[in-house]
Amino acid sequence: MVVGERKPFDEITGMLEGHKKIMVLGCGGCVTVCLTGGHDEVRVLSSQLRMARDNAGNPIEIVEKTVERQCDPEYVEEVSGIVPDVDAVLSMACGAGVQYVAERYPGMPVYPALDTTFVGGSTKEGYYVEKCQTCGACKLFYTGGICPIARCSKSLLNGPCGGSTKGKCEIDPEVDCAWQLILDRLKSLNRMDLYEENMAVNDWRTNRDGGPRKMIREDFQR
Amino acid sequence: MNGEVKTESKLEKILRSGQFAVTGECGPPRGADAEVIRHKCKLLKDKADAFNITDNQTSVVRMSSIASAVIMMQEGMEPVMQMVCRDRNRIAIQSDILGGAALGIKNMLCLSGDHQKFGDHPQAKNVFDIDSIQLISTVRRMRDEGKFLGGDDIKGVPKLFVGAAANPFADPFEIRVPRLAKKVAAGVEFIQTQCIFNLKKFSEWMKGVVDRGLHEKVFILGGVTPFKSFGMARYMAKNVPGMDVPDELLERMKGTPKESQAEEGIKIAVETIQQLKEMKGIAGVHIMAIEWEEKVGEIAEKAGLLPRPSV
Repeated sequence: MVVGERKPFDEITGMLEGHKKIMVLGCGGCVTVCLTGGHDEVRVLSSQLRMARDNAGNPIEIVEKTVERQCDPEYVEEVSGIVPDVDAVLSMACGAGVQYVAERYPGMPVYPALDTTFVGGSTKEGYYVEKCQTCGACKLFYTGGICPIARCSKSLLNGPCGGSTKGKCEIDPEVDCAWQLILDRLKSLNRMDLYEENMAVNDWRTNRDGGPRKMIREDFQR
Repeated sequence: MNGEVKTESKLEKILRSGQFAVTGECGPPRGADAEVIRHKCKLLKDKADAFNITDNQTSVVRMSSIASAVIMMQEGMEPVMQMVCRDRNRIAIQSDILGGAALGIKNMLCLSGDHQKFGDHPQAKNVFDIDSIQLISTVRRMRDEGKFLGGDDIKGVPKLFVGAAANPFADPFEIRVPRLAKKVAAGVEFIQTQCIFNLKKFSEWMKGVVDRGLHEKVFILGGVTPFKSFGMARYMAKNVPGMDVPDELLERMKGTPKESQAEEGIKIAVETIQQLKEMKGIAGVHIMAIEWEEKVGEIAEKAGLLPRPSV
């Protein structure tokens, strides 16, 4: 899933300066799962904002709403009746969701309440880690199911570098060395032969380096 | 191991003629003053065959490796241009290879590069378009096949002697020989190792290298760094990733009176070189006296490595 983290409160209040009535718009997708932008978080953030503005003698009116997904025009349409009544939308979706809302409502300021951080998953409740960098050309076949592009700090296709120490990355003793994990997996799969093959220079055109990407299902284009 | 000399590199000629090679290191300044390089060059001249010019080492901005190498050549010395993959994509890398070769640089060392987290611009975006192994094959292809990575022909190929680093002390130990084999397969011609303090572990690695016959395919120069003080030894042991300083060496430095610690550090370096000279598969040493260039000559002299041969 796409993982997001709520922006610092002061940054959010800074964006909302001058606005009197806003909608805080949650998303029922990934950010609900990672506990940062769903129905519950909309309620919490809205309360905090009301309280802060009340304390500052500058109250704000907030409409709370959460849609199924903000990365889908169909669901973004659902709030078309509310938008004309507010003077800004604070979206708690990932960066994709924020943009769908902004695109649908010209002239309406739409602000991000989250920093979209990575594509990953949880290892335990409330603890999320990056797993994929969406490079567009999956190499997990060669690397025992562990991604060196997302999980090696230097994205080395022929790692590990000389900084791998006791299974950890040189940049942080809390971070696993992806290449140690890859080697452990290859060994368990009896595929250490894959390690000895040099991986050729990568074609980054499928990554964002090739420009904004799209994926088209031709059978749905009729 | 002999083989045909492919470049004008003095280092290559010395290694291919079977003589024990010595390389040194020169860190460029954090400013535009060429005199800093010239001063270091005066200290290092004739003390080794060639000298690495580091490329923004530990991710701290310094004068460029290419520019510093040119200043070194003006002083009549042979540089080894270090190049890291952290700061350049394949377009800039190939362009700098052409530029360096055109300016007269004869040796190049291919490195991944320290992560920018360690430097003075931790906010920087890193590149890592290609890695050190892919950099080796890139420069070999440019030199030997006259082709860019993209496939086009090069008019006027860069004649560079191609080196890389190896760290036998990083984890996991079991793949450190296979990783060298990967670099050899990519076309590396000489290797400079991480600083050797743990000779026992290094010998174990070298045995693996020799057992696989890799020492017949690549020249291996053992890395040697003198401790300036017990404090430095302790810092390297505790804070430098991938560094292995055994307790007995720390004890030895600690047990030496402060005023004699520098001398003891040099003694340890000389002893290390003497042991390396006896080790099967070792073709030379790489002396890295970090911000202590004036001692390279003394170490080389005491280890019986001077005068350097002329080829």
